[in-house]
Amino acid sequence: MLAEMIQRLFERSLDSAAQAQARDGQWNAPLWAEIEEMGLPLALLSEDQGGFGLSAAEQGEALRLLGSLAVPLPVAETMGANRLLAKAGLPLAEGPAGLARADHLTLEGGILKGRVERVAWGESLDCLAVAVGDTLYRVPSSGWTLAEAGSALNFHPRPALEIAWEADALAPAPCCPLAEGATLRAFQIAGALEAALDMTLEHTATRVQFGKPLQKNQVVQHELAKLAGELACATAAADLAAEALERGDTLGVAAGSLRAREAAGNGASIATQMHGAIGFTREHRLHLYTTALWTWRDEFGGQVLWATMLGKAAVAAGGDGYWPMVTAL
Amino acid sequence: MTNIPFPAPPADSAEVLALRAEFRAFLDQQLGHRSPRQRSDNWYGFSRDFSLAMGQAGYLGMTWPKQYGGHERSAYERYVIVEESLAYGAPVGAHWIADRQSGPSIIKFGTDEQKETILPRIAAGELAFGIGMSEPDSGSDLAATRTKAVRDGDVYRVTGTKVWTSFAHEADYVILFCRTSGTPADRHQGTSQLLVELRGTPGLTIRPIIDLAGQHHFNELHFEDAIVPAKNLLGQEGDGWNQVMSELAFERSGPERFLSSIELMYQLIEVLKGRQDDAALATIGRLTAQLAVLRRLSRSVAAMLQNKQDAGLQASIVKDVGAVWEQTLPDFARQLVDAEADPRSQAAYAGVLANIVHNAPSWSLRGGTREILRGIIARGLGTR
Repeated sequence: MLAEMIQRLFERSLDSAAQAQARDGQWNAPLWAEIEEMGLPLALLSEDQGGFGLSAAEQGEALRLLGSLAVPLPVAETMGANRLLAKAGLPLAEGPAGLARADHLTLEGGILKGRVERVAWGESLDCLAVAVGDTLYRVPSSGWTLAEAGSALNFHPRPALEIAWEADALAPAPCCPLAEGATLRAFQIAGALEAALDMTLEHTATRVQFGKPLQKNQVVQHELAKLAGELACATAAADLAAEALERGDTLGVAAGSLRAREAAGNGASIATQMHGAIGFTREHRLHLYTTALWTWRDEFGGQVLWATMLGKAAVAAGGDGYWPMVTAL
Repeated sequence: MTNIPFPAPPADSAEVLALRAEFRAFLDQQLGHRSPRQRSDNWYGFSRDFSLAMGQAGYLGMTWPKQYGGHERSAYERYVIVEESLAYGAPVGAHWIADRQSGPSIIKFGTDEQKETILPRIAAGELAFGIGMSEPDSGSDLAATRTKAVRDGDVYRVTGTKVWTSFAHEADYVILFCRTSGTPADRHQGTSQLLVELRGTPGLTIRPIIDLAGQHHFNELHFEDAIVPAKNLLGQEGDGWNQVMSELAFERSGPERFLSSIELMYQLIEVLKGRQDDAALATIGRLTAQLAVLRRLSRSVAAMLQNKQDAGLQASIVKDVGAVWEQTLPDFARQLVDAEADPRSQAAYAGVLANIVHNAPSWSLRGGTREILRGIIARGLGTR
């Protein structure tokens, strides 16, 4: 039911003008108001916490939709921040929120200080759920200034924020915001790949060359099959990461997140190639997805961070311990 | 949205965790002495003793009815036994085909007599099966099968040639896919399956086909007016195509589709121990993530089969993506470790690498080539 509501809202409100506005870095305040009205920022909370009490499958579906509808607002981040804040017993966000881990922030004389890099829509946020070591802080927007502009590959804002804030609300972090963010991104990647596969099927069915639809060529069919494989892997990877996040298993998050990141790149390549030159333009919607996939696959810790972490654990397990480690992921 | 559902697989319950632990201990006790090189044979290893021990301990025919020697356990419990066997490099060849596809086909299509005489012996680990599908002129194009069985009173007279039958020189039966009426031009029509005893069938000769590594797994079966009792017909005469497709669904869904080179992963990790090389660690991390996700997809297919859902498309995706993983592993290993593979070496790494490099090409051929699988997936996406 929530899925239908999400679909209806964004299909109605997200036209190409809205996407162009987001690409110019303009905050879509009317759309955000509708998102809040629907209660989406609380979607990952239990009913006790004032949320929807969604099952894991329903949560996944909602998060994938944010990807497949190319929603150009930090909805997933706000959902994730609220989940962390609720677990930590901190007040929830009162608007759009960001997620970050910033171990280099310092706390001196009660003042939390330092720079947080590349926060999605940073200048428009209400608060930031930021972890320093094992402590989660809920930093309100009054606690930062814009340090430096920045853009993602889809041209959505990723500014650096300079924090100087009298820390009053803090709690032990129930889990790492990086793991939270990486899991959210895995679902969005899976969603974007669903949309990319759909568009690629549609394009190769209707585009006729040499007297037949592209899709009737075996070589094209095989690329479509590979794209479906990447989608299957990304979807399973996101589910795997979410289950691991739930039980506090960072290695499982690493595994799921990594495979989704990889699928993002592989899938975007196939979809673009199968579209031909039109897929390389802003005239076709595909670019919304490819540029988002390239953005999301590098966020919340990059490929190297997660891969090295998982690889270290694997080598530490040794030849004999490797398989038991894999079955526990 | 194009939806290819992979339902969440069952989690390891306390019972399943206990089964895993119990079975790992069984494998240690039975096979602890085997070398990495032996383990790297994976499911090409053939040991009657081991299969008998598996049967005795109740690890074969796990999901089958008790009346046929089975154990009425869940598909996921069977999955656990299968994946743990493969991860251990157990020599499963003497029960592999029978437990995976021949037995389930007999349960589905067999007569009471066939079920009563054959299934309990498979579950006991006594009967080994081979596959009788491919022919010299029909590999991927199975419907072009030419081997002919002509009914003559109480027997079929069989003429034709089957190839790539693993273990035929050691096994007891094959399920033969053949034509009982019409011509190859009739395609799916007029085909049937026969249970053929590999020893003592008059007119059947078995010739080895040696692979590029010098190993004898494959065989050619030559039927020259061979006599097969008519009561050995499996299922309905003329319904062979549907039956063989059902058999292939059992064949394409399992963890053997990505675990063939797992021993090389263990040895690679051993070599990398103590090395301070972040790039190598990151590669191991990526490979591990891919493996974990494949395993999840594969367990999801097991769950679908348990619920009697059609998983043909999903199984093809797992096999296609899985074969790439197991097949490219030696290339990753070669980028991380300078070592020459040596098929006669007893050194763990060099010997295992050689075995894997030699065998890897077959993994995207057997059980449906990569090209066939991608065609099936494309069809599932609605392209043809």
